[in-house]
Amino acid sequence: MSSASQVAERDAPFQLRGNSFTMMVLKVFAPTSPDFFTQLNVKVRQAPNFFRNAPVVLDFDDLPESIVFDLGAFVSQVQALNLLPVGFQGGPQPVREAAMTVGLTPMPSGRAAKLEEVVKAPDPRQHDQQTPIPAPQVLIEVVHRPTVVVTEPVRSGMRVYAEKTDLIVTSSVSPGAELLADGNIHVYGALRGRALAGFSGDGNARIFCHSLEAEVLSVAGNYRVSEDIGSDFYKKAVQVFLRDGVLSMDLLKTA
Amino acid sequence: MSKIIVMTSGKGGVGKTTSSAAFATGLALRGFKTVVIDFDVGLRNLDLVMGCERRVVFDFINVINGEAKLNQALIKDKRIENLYILPTSQTRDKDALTREGVEKVLNELSKEFDYILCDSPAGIERGALMSLYFADHAIIVTNPEVSSVRDSDRILGVLNSRSRRAEQGLEPVTQQLLLTRYDPERVERGEMLKVDDVLEILAIPLLGVIPESQAVLRASNVGMPVILDEVSNAGLAYSDAVGRFLGEDIEHRFVTPQKKGLFSRLLRRSA
Repeated sequence: MSSASQVAERDAPFQLRGNSFTMMVLKVFAPTSPDFFTQLNVKVRQAPNFFRNAPVVLDFDDLPESIVFDLGAFVSQVQALNLLPVGFQGGPQPVREAAMTVGLTPMPSGRAAKLEEVVKAPDPRQHDQQTPIPAPQVLIEVVHRPTVVVTEPVRSGMRVYAEKTDLIVTSSVSPGAELLADGNIHVYGALRGRALAGFSGDGNARIFCHSLEAEVLSVAGNYRVSEDIGSDFYKKAVQVFLRDGVLSMDLLKTA
Repeated sequence: MSKIIVMTSGKGGVGKTTSSAAFATGLALRGFKTVVIDFDVGLRNLDLVMGCERRVVFDFINVINGEAKLNQALIKDKRIENLYILPTSQTRDKDALTREGVEKVLNELSKEFDYILCDSPAGIERGALMSLYFADHAIIVTNPEVSSVRDSDRILGVLNSRSRRAEQGLEPVTQQLLLTRYDPERVERGEMLKVDDVLEILAIPLLGVIPESQAVLRASNVGMPVILDEVSNAGLAYSDAVGRFLGEDIEHRFVTPQKKGLFSRLLRRSA
């Protein structure tokens, strides 16, 4: 789709800007363990869509100084599970050097410092506007992905996907519209379309809505069509979730 | 600077062409230089409803292809000053509409006209997309029934994502609802959606409610925009809608059943 930004950028051959990405950190304790890849494989298979081609950072911080292993082969085996190692952090010097030679990017570590900041931040009294916010030195450790917020009506035929995060719609969702989220879905208008939470398999995801008139509700692939939604819940404030693997609905108690 | 209006609906047969003809005529009657363009390439109807079908020589597609000048294709209405019709081709199809071609014609028209009204074809394919792409304002024509409402909702989504204003991040296309073929008695019996039901789903401002009226078909068949029928409810409702479009504060009428005395009950069949 051609867009305004394309028009505006037509003169410059590129644009450089900062961005932060959510990545998983694979903490490596015992890379030589015979069970390492069997167990990793089991983990990956639990949510294949979530892990497919996911960038990961290998964390060697807990490796013993004396460890010797073939990092190249290790990385290939991780790749064989459809994970994409893009960087590393920590580790003994020989391991770090080996990681650089196989093309992994060294990521700044400094976790302890970060944790302290997180602890300090919530106290509003100490918050000083003048204090410059420390540069995000540990981008890779960001596990929080901003929630997708939609304020306009979601019209028939529109599809909104909140990838690896939650979705909040403050307006109504029309029949024939589709909401997808890997996390939770909240709808503060009428939910008349389809809502699929836990789209990549997260069975803990939930759907919350102010007025349930949905066509389809689904959590982690367990779905219910509007025919099967009891009249007790129709046009009510409801939460939808998995109870022992079965799609369940509860009325939301409003004061 | 002229304003480009698209009359669209998603669904077919809801009254887009009737409304386009009436609306364009209403704007011209109020002194605005107005042109109405038929985007329904291959299913040319606007000329019939406007009663100028026997005067079509060149058309919109000829102009796009550079086979005719705009002035050769524009048809001046015989009844109303300031009103022009740009008919479309009956022999070509929607692929003849190119974005560049449409833009060129619209640019040329906007030098001369106050209002350019684009009569969209049904659907959400090329013809409909081309008719709404350059719009500043959209009038969504909807019937009080569920499938029409759903299709209108879809076209609103298309307007919000695939119009020029959306793609270039400009002010969004303004949108108003024109609810046509409204029959208050059937609404009262629960056979039709209420105005409020439709507004609840579409969530856009109401421009007007056009009552179901035999005058509409009668007017189409004689090639006269129904707004010129000043005794029919439909004609009056279109006239109100044009006034509201221009910013006048006019109360909605024809939304509740008219109280009938014995006399009018007896005369009902001749109404």
